[in-house]
Amino acid sequence: MAIINLANPSRFLALATRTIPWLGGLTLLVFAFAINQAMSAPDDYQQGATVKIMFLHVPGAWLGMLGWLVMTVAALGTLVWRHPLADVVAKAAAPIGAAFTLMCLVTGSLWGRPMWGTYWVWDARLTSMLVLFLLYLGVIAVWRTVEDPSRAARAAAILALVGALDLPIIKFSVDWWNTLHQGSSIFRMGGPTIDPSILIPLLIMALAFTLLFATLLLAATRNEILRRRVRAMRLMQASAAA
Amino acid sequence: MTPLAAILVRDMRLSVRVGGGALMGVLFFVTVVTLMPFALGPDLVLLKRIGPAILWLAALLASLLALDRLFAADHDDGSLDLILMGRMPLELVVAAKALAHWLTTGLPLIVAAPLIGLLLDLDAPAEGALVLTLIAGTPALTFIGLVGAAIAVTLRRGGLLLAVIVLPLTVPVLIFGVAAANAAVGGTVPFGTPFTVLCALSLASSAVGPFAAAAALRQEME
Amino acid sequence: MLAANHLGYIVAAYVAAVVVVGALVGWVTLDYRILRRTLADLERRGFSRRSGSSAAAHAGPALKKAREDA
Repeated sequence: MAIINLANPSRFLALATRTIPWLGGLTLLVFAFAINQAMSAPDDYQQGATVKIMFLHVPGAWLGMLGWLVMTVAALGTLVWRHPLADVVAKAAAPIGAAFTLMCLVTGSLWGRPMWGTYWVWDARLTSMLVLFLLYLGVIAVWRTVEDPSRAARAAAILALVGALDLPIIKFSVDWWNTLHQGSSIFRMGGPTIDPSILIPLLIMALAFTLLFATLLLAATRNEILRRRVRAMRLMQASAAA
Repeated sequence: MTPLAAILVRDMRLSVRVGGGALMGVLFFVTVVTLMPFALGPDLVLLKRIGPAILWLAALLASLLALDRLFAADHDDGSLDLILMGRMPLELVVAAKALAHWLTTGLPLIVAAPLIGLLLDLDAPAEGALVLTLIAGTPALTFIGLVGAAIAVTLRRGGLLLAVIVLPLTVPVLIFGVAAANAAVGGTVPFGTPFTVLCALSLASSAVGPFAAAAALRQEME
Repeated sequence: MLAANHLGYIVAAYVAAVVVVGALVGWVTLDYRILRRTLADLERRGFSRRSGSSAAAHAGPALKKAREDA
């Protein structure tokens, strides 16, 4: 019922406009708490203070993957259910997911420099994230190349689904490739268990970033709906003038 | 002649005639491999070691080259509309076109690979492994590229977009193709492990690719 | 406390995160403002989205398509 109601763009706009300030405020609150927790977390016995970078790196990786998940669900919404909201959500999710993947890569690289002695290691996780980032750029390229929005949505949806199928295979093959070439586990961060003194701030930080993701996605979706309105009115204007 | 065989023969004829892309792919492949020593230096020991990787990378790029015309040419002259309206299942037609594409661009690469491999000082076992991995792996490249070609069919600058969206998806094929070719001439991994995965990738992409490509074509031509 | 030797990298990582998040927030808010202004401008010039005026009657398929998109 709720999903059907949201198919009406005006109703979605009204809901988004009501929700965004609250969600944004909640995000700020949780962020304040999360940063406080992260700063007071003890140093790791192996990584020292650089474990603080993990509070950004891990949420970045999580949201990079969540972004593709959102695009996959939206792709099903576009292709199977023809839900009008799915197109706009998919378009809004791509740059946000790409940005968080980039954040994961940059912070991982800055963590690697003091820990591994180099900004980039062809570590399995970093490499998978890099391929994910390239796939995001491909999806954004599709949105930017196809002029008609609903046609672009369908092309991007198919790419998102194919990517969702291929991503686990890419992850598996990169892991395999990595062990083939390195064979050592000194580049693995952390260990099998993370101490609660690190884990709890990490989870709170991940929650804060997830709320931020939700707020941004909602706001970007609202923008996409408005952009379509502008486009529609411009077309009307042009056809009226003709 | 069944309709599928007719499409297969038509596509193969088109690609070997004037304006077709069949020989272009091999020429590109040979040129890229020839350029490599100019970038890396003429050290035969190094070239021998990374030879399979060079040849695989060149094959990957060459197989992309003719892909953007796979559906775009049919879209331009209207035959894609006829195919869509026809009674043959679109998935089968798309698979037949992929087979034709592989026969005209993939197969010549496989024939040329051992010859150009001689320039990189590859010995007999390496040559054999390379040909075997290319036979097993290039169908996967064709079928993954098929989806990209279907997505990019109506675009003016489809070729560039095609490369951007297809190349990251081919990472697993490249990894296991090169690993299998290297495993045959030494190393810690038995040849069978990566080779089996490579075959699996080809089979899986030949099962998924035609459906995804057909879906993309239906959506785009709607 | 923060170890001084790696402080630079930690600060750089947080700055990078702030830049990425700031860019996203800035993009979303600026985009929203520009779109609202454009919409208000178009509406002021008399192009309402659902006008049943003669303009709509003469509009071709492009208009219908645009309406569906909106």
